[in-house]
Amino acid sequence: MAVCVAVIAKENYPLYIRSTPTENELKFHYMVHTSLDVVDEKISAMGKALVDQRELYLGLLYPTEDYKVYGYVTNSKVKFVMVVDSSNTALRDNEIRSMFRKLHNSYTDVMCNPFYNPGDRIQSRFVSLGRAFDNMVTSMMIQVC
Amino acid sequence: MEGLTLSDAEQKYYSDLFSYCDIESTKKVVVNGRVLELFRAAQLPNDVVLQIMELCGATRLGYFGRSQFYIALKLVAVAQSGFPLRVESINTVKDLPLPRFVASKNEQESRHAASYSSDSENQGSYSGVIPPPPGRGQVKKGSVTHDTVQPRTSADAQEPASPVVSPQQSPPTSPHTWRKHSRHPSGGNSERPLAGSGPFWSPFGEAQSGSAGGDAVWSGHSPPPPQENWVSFADTPPTSTLLTMHPASVQDQTTVRTVASATTAIEIRRQSSSYDDPWKITDEQRQYYVNQFKTIQPDLNGFIPGSAAKEFFTKSKLPILELSHIWELSDFDKDGALTLDEFCAAFHLVVARKNGYDLPEKLPESLMPKLIDLEDSADVGDQPGEVGYSGSPAEAPPSKSPSMPSLNQTWPELNQSSEWETFSERSSSSQTLTQFDSNIAPADPDTAIVHPVPIRMTPSKIHMQEMELKRTGSDHTNPTSPLLVKPSDLSEENKINSSVKFASGNTVGQQQTGVVAHPPAVPPRPQPSQAPGPTVHRPVDADGLMTHTSTSPQQIPEQPNFADFSQFEVFAASNVNEEQDDEAEKHPEVLPVEKASDPASSLRVAKTDSKTEEKTAATAPANVSKGTTPLAPPPKPVRRRLKSEDELRPEVDEHTQKTGVLAAVLASQPSIPRSVGKDKKAIQASIRRNKETNTVLARLNSELQQQLKDVLEERISLEVQLEQLRPFSHL
Repeated sequence: MAVCVAVIAKENYPLYIRSTPTENELKFHYMVHTSLDVVDEKISAMGKALVDQRELYLGLLYPTEDYKVYGYVTNSKVKFVMVVDSSNTALRDNEIRSMFRKLHNSYTDVMCNPFYNPGDRIQSRFVSLGRAFDNMVTSMMIQVC
Repeated sequence: MEGLTLSDAEQKYYSDLFSYCDIESTKKVVVNGRVLELFRAAQLPNDVVLQIMELCGATRLGYFGRSQFYIALKLVAVAQSGFPLRVESINTVKDLPLPRFVASKNEQESRHAASYSSDSENQGSYSGVIPPPPGRGQVKKGSVTHDTVQPRTSADAQEPASPVVSPQQSPPTSPHTWRKHSRHPSGGNSERPLAGSGPFWSPFGEAQSGSAGGDAVWSGHSPPPPQENWVSFADTPPTSTLLTMHPASVQDQTTVRTVASATTAIEIRRQSSSYDDPWKITDEQRQYYVNQFKTIQPDLNGFIPGSAAKEFFTKSKLPILELSHIWELSDFDKDGALTLDEFCAAFHLVVARKNGYDLPEKLPESLMPKLIDLEDSADVGDQPGEVGYSGSPAEAPPSKSPSMPSLNQTWPELNQSSEWETFSERSSSSQTLTQFDSNIAPADPDTAIVHPVPIRMTPSKIHMQEMELKRTGSDHTNPTSPLLVKPSDLSEENKINSSVKFASGNTVGQQQTGVVAHPPAVPPRPQPSQAPGPTVHRPVDADGLMTHTSTSPQQIPEQPNFADFSQFEVFAASNVNEEQDDEAEKHPEVLPVEKASDPASSLRVAKTDSKTEEKTAATAPANVSKGTTPLAPPPKPVRRRLKSEDELRPEVDEHTQKTGVLAAVLASQPSIPRSVGKDKKAIQASIRRNKETNTVLARLNSELQQQLKDVLEERISLEVQLEQLRPFSHL
């Protein structure tokens, strides 16, 4: 169950972060923040390798006793971080990949909106861009649960 | 107007109504819209209402003052009572019941209360109130007047709140109504129960050249009620009137939209008043959208890039968030660009939003871009390429509108891949005809792959013919001297026997080479007398071999069916028997021909079961030779008989292949001259034949080598014996 989904911009500031259990939100924020180091480490390790789908998906960044953190980076250095509950053992790697793919697709849809300035927060309040994005994330969280 | 005397009840009632209609609380003038509604609610025929208006002087004045209003009410009562409307009847008719206004008040009140945010509510209320088109009259106009003075932007949003009702006949009354009244029921703006009243028509940009808008220009256009809407084609008189009177407001409106003609764009956009589908785009609206599309993108089948669309819609002064939401809804294929359909949908949503309608969560079905544009205005259809590309995703999404956003995410990429594969140039099937055999032309030139046709190792009949043709042709050109020489050499050669074979082998080899060097040289044809020759040689295997080998080289290059050692035997016999065969000399030219036929015949002899066939084949070449060698043909049958016994050793396999071919070849020999058109084939055939002869020669070489070894062994054995015998001699 994706307990937390975060989209981090290239400059490592969050564009979108959302957690399902509203409590401990700060903890998830912190986890995401710390995972950025791991993401950067993996990115630098890849080096000049050709960027393909496989490399976009970073895989398990690091596990904790309760959660596992997965990472995904786009070609424009926008990072997606997902925190998953460790108790959900049925969650396979492929499922994580598909979730990231969906996340990426909805992110590109947000990007396609000319009214969205890259770098803005993806707001999902009322009538705004990111509504679909948020909906998708919600579905992902619920679905994975 | 006569003075109006009202009873107390009437007075009270009328004042109530007046206050009701007096939205702006001017105490003087009543909102035309309200009045109109009221009158409509009176359930009077339209013409009666008009008459009432005229009578009360409102038409003259252009507004309903209190007196006019009261008179009107009185007249309503009169009319409702069934009395003819007359000015004098106001006072003459006594004891009129109070004018009855049915349900209108409730609706009006509800309308007042209702915020325009509720689409359905408005629509419902509108539906109830909207009178039949003819009924509308000038009353509507009055409500519109307020637009002008107020700052447009807000008014723009306000105005369209109510479904716009197109004013019908306005000419007679329009002047009055068009006149701008000072009173602007600003409150009314927010509410505008216009349901039946006030069509807020903002004139089409074209009609109002510069007056953008907000000026409600009620054109005389009268679309059917369900479609009352926004677009109003301004009547020129009203237009002019409005123009003169309200340039200021016009300016305000123009600022809203600087779009070329569409300054009034926003006001014009009223959401469709179709009560069945609030999101339906009317034809007028659509035409307008298309025109706007053209200003940005002249090609109706093209795209509007996101940036251009952003600028365009930003002019509508809607909040960015709302615009982004509209974009999310309207960009169906999520490609960052707007097609005509998407653009119309977006525009329509903007209009609706401006009119106070809340944006839907998902794109209404009527706004979804269709694969085939059913509207007559748009030419977007199943166009290949981008439009088709964008259209096709639209096709699927309509069926999945609820989940549109998620589906659209996946659709573009799927569609993209599939579409582009479909539309992209088909990889032209390369006509790489791999021709291994030129003789075999590909039946279907489009076939990308032509399976390599295995070239026969054995010459086909065509080759046979060509070979023969070549032979005939080349033989003629060759000097006969080699021919003369060879027979003698060969004959001498053949005379040598056994032990001397080694040397002769060399000579034979030389002979062979010599013979080989002159492929066209045809050894003298074995004569009938040579028939026994082969038999003589056969007993001696070695000799036979020698003879075979000696003759074979000559035979081989000439014969497409090489390796016909039987021929060689015959030839050797013939050579032996006839060393200097004058006939051979005499008929050098014949030889090739006969030679050509010989191998065929010989092969046939070797293989064929039916000698008649051979004979016929023999006769055929004989015929070909044109009787130049009357002697040659006859021996062939004889030879064949003799050779039929022969077992051509290694060539059995080949002969089996060749017999059938030979028969066919010889049968078709009369048609040899057709090779003219087969130069390429002839060349290739000759190449093939040469290769075959090469193989034959190679085989021959190997056999000779074998023979050499055997002979050497014999020699050694003999020498050993000799040595053994010698010591005894020494003794």
